[in-house]
Amino acid sequence: MKNRKYLLPVAATGILALALTACGPGGGGGGTTTGSDCSAYESYGKHDGKTVSVYSTIVDIEATNLETAWATFEECTGATIKYEGSKEFETQIGVRAKAGNAPDVAIFPQPGLLADQAKAGGLKPAPKAVSDLVDKNWSADWKKYGTVDGTFYAAPMLANVKGYVWYAPKTFKDKGWEVPKTWDEMMTLSSKIADDGTMKPWCAGFESGEATGWPGTDWVEDVVLRAQGPEVYDQWVTHGIPFNDPKIVDALNQTGEILLNSDYVNGGFGDVRSILTTGFAQAGQPVLDGQCAMHHQANFQAANWPEGTAVAPDGDVWAFMTPPIDPSKGQAITGGGEMVGAYKDTPEAQAFLAYLASADFANNRVKLGGVISANKGLDPASAQTELDKQSIALLQDPDTVFRFDGSDLMPGAVGSNSFWKGIVAWINGTPAQQVADSIEGSWPKS
Amino acid sequence: MEFLGGKFLQVFIALAVFAALIGLIMLIVDRAPKSVKDKLTIVGFLAPAAILMLVGLVYPAVQTSFLAFTNASGQPNGVDNFVWMFTQPEALATLRNTVIWTVLVPLLSTVFGLAYAVFIDKARGENALKALVFMPVGISMVGAGIIWKLVYDYRGPGIEQTGVVNAVRVALGMDPKQFLLDAPENTIFLIIVMVWIQTGFAMVILSAAIKGVPVELVEASRLDGANPWQQFRNVTVPGIRGALVVVLTTITIATLKVFDIVRTMTAGNYDTSVIANEMYTQAFRAGEPGRGAALALVLFLLVLPIVVYNARVLRQQREIR
Repeated sequence: MKNRKYLLPVAATGILALALTACGPGGGGGGTTTGSDCSAYESYGKHDGKTVSVYSTIVDIEATNLETAWATFEECTGATIKYEGSKEFETQIGVRAKAGNAPDVAIFPQPGLLADQAKAGGLKPAPKAVSDLVDKNWSADWKKYGTVDGTFYAAPMLANVKGYVWYAPKTFKDKGWEVPKTWDEMMTLSSKIADDGTMKPWCAGFESGEATGWPGTDWVEDVVLRAQGPEVYDQWVTHGIPFNDPKIVDALNQTGEILLNSDYVNGGFGDVRSILTTGFAQAGQPVLDGQCAMHHQANFQAANWPEGTAVAPDGDVWAFMTPPIDPSKGQAITGGGEMVGAYKDTPEAQAFLAYLASADFANNRVKLGGVISANKGLDPASAQTELDKQSIALLQDPDTVFRFDGSDLMPGAVGSNSFWKGIVAWINGTPAQQVADSIEGSWPKS
Repeated sequence: MEFLGGKFLQVFIALAVFAALIGLIMLIVDRAPKSVKDKLTIVGFLAPAAILMLVGLVYPAVQTSFLAFTNASGQPNGVDNFVWMFTQPEALATLRNTVIWTVLVPLLSTVFGLAYAVFIDKARGENALKALVFMPVGISMVGAGIIWKLVYDYRGPGIEQTGVVNAVRVALGMDPKQFLLDAPENTIFLIIVMVWIQTGFAMVILSAAIKGVPVELVEASRLDGANPWQQFRNVTVPGIRGALVVVLTTITIATLKVFDIVRTMTAGNYDTSVIANEMYTQAFRAGEPGRGAALALVLFLLVLPIVVYNARVLRQQREIR
């Protein structure tokens, strides 16, 4: 039986051949079904059997909502959207792009990270259709966040509004406290609550794993914008003035009047430094238990309350915007959002980009709740909660001065590293000047 | 289900491809002419491993070495990264902490492991007692970090404590303490976690080695009138020298690379960073791959002599036997 000897290798070669075939582009991707009204999607063209891979930081329920929001787009154009969300996005996107494994479309939560990627050369400039849509639907500020060195790369997608101060309306009513309209009123109220003695005026929590400290950067950004105005804020985030400029140190000290005052913080958790060991998502709970009166956190705090908590002006919790320091300058708010950029310029990827920049998408997604958008085509009626309505009204109000979250605009070495660490050191007892000096020292030279 | 099916298919395809490649190599080697057969056999079976080593180990090592001399935008910048490492206060704290870790963890783990192994040797329920100390070895560093973070948890005075240690402190009438925030003792509280894990490892290896010490020697020393301490000093310890070296060096290498515990418990804040953690932070968070690579290089240079020493001791022992 001499032939026996060849049986194994031959069979193996056969399997290898089969396997190689299986690795090739798969079939599938059937025809379009017309379950929905597709007339609104005709402009995006037909992309049967084509796939667009999407990568972002958005996971869990938020990811499901996102996929639901573009399901009709998939159905009507025939394109398949292969979505992947990861909490490691910020570190992984650079690695993947460098390794030649970039997604077709990436949703960047930070303009600074977007700029890094655009400079690294992997991103494709946005197609004209997307650029036109952004001109129509967003303010020039928002377009700027997706523009790097004069080239427009990424359209804004969703947004959040930072700087809300959460409180329990019932507690305020029982105690006869008024919602403050200026920073001074807020400080007076804080002192009144501290004197009252039944609870601490504030609770805070900056713990967030390796990102510990970021809620503190939001605090400081809110104060810089309100105390120094948008011009200084812009200079600050673009390094037009150094990080240790006296104006910024002043803002840190002004924030410290609340955060570093052991009479004012940290309701329900302990002393000032317990801010560092309290998770940002749990930090607001003492508002409900009557252990603290106020908690500073973005609109997405609405999702951090225990299930069944009524978020409404007359509910269990409600929020007011951190008040202006000089009311004559009007309302200034900070916020965040996502920018959608592409590593491929295939027709299906471009059609998808155009859809994400459209008012249709904004309405589809906002209707599912939990997020808002600064898209002017967004119908306020799409908002599901009072808070979303209020946030949209703030974003769409032409008198509102809006600035993007400063740490997200700064280079990664500062915005997602030394600024966080500086806040941590500051709460842990390092003087503001020393913290600012050290952050300034970490600003990239080039 | 569809997802699972896809994964199984992938695994199956990967296995099949592997089998097919081996089959192909066997076929070629088998059919080769007699004159080159031996050489071809050697090459055929060593090449896959060698190629994988080159691609997965040697190439990245060389690339990292080059990267260590570049700045954030990839331009060569000489020894700037190393200057940074040995001058910046935060980088210096990292190096200092790594030294504290590598001195304390191997020492404490080995001493505790050895003491425990000696005390429970031939005791009743020895296996159960061993299992008790060995169990932490089975927990991942991340898991251990999270467990101990909860153990160290802090609430202010007058508020109900959630962390075990602070609950005990309050019960004893002391004030609760912020274990992870105060440098430099917070590094010690992190080190306790690593010792907790590694003691079990040291204990198992050393216990086995103690059982290997010839009974005749022990009895002879007893007849000569040695007390238990003298027996331990002059018979047991020399008898387990090889095992001690292996335990000490293995734990030292593991400690030099410690990352997960620091990352999960403090993320390197409050002056607790160590080289491996700073390497990750610089390379991936701060966008300074050059600094990360420089730290990796230093870490490699620190591990190297220990590995060489370990290999030498092992070889000497083999020669003795």
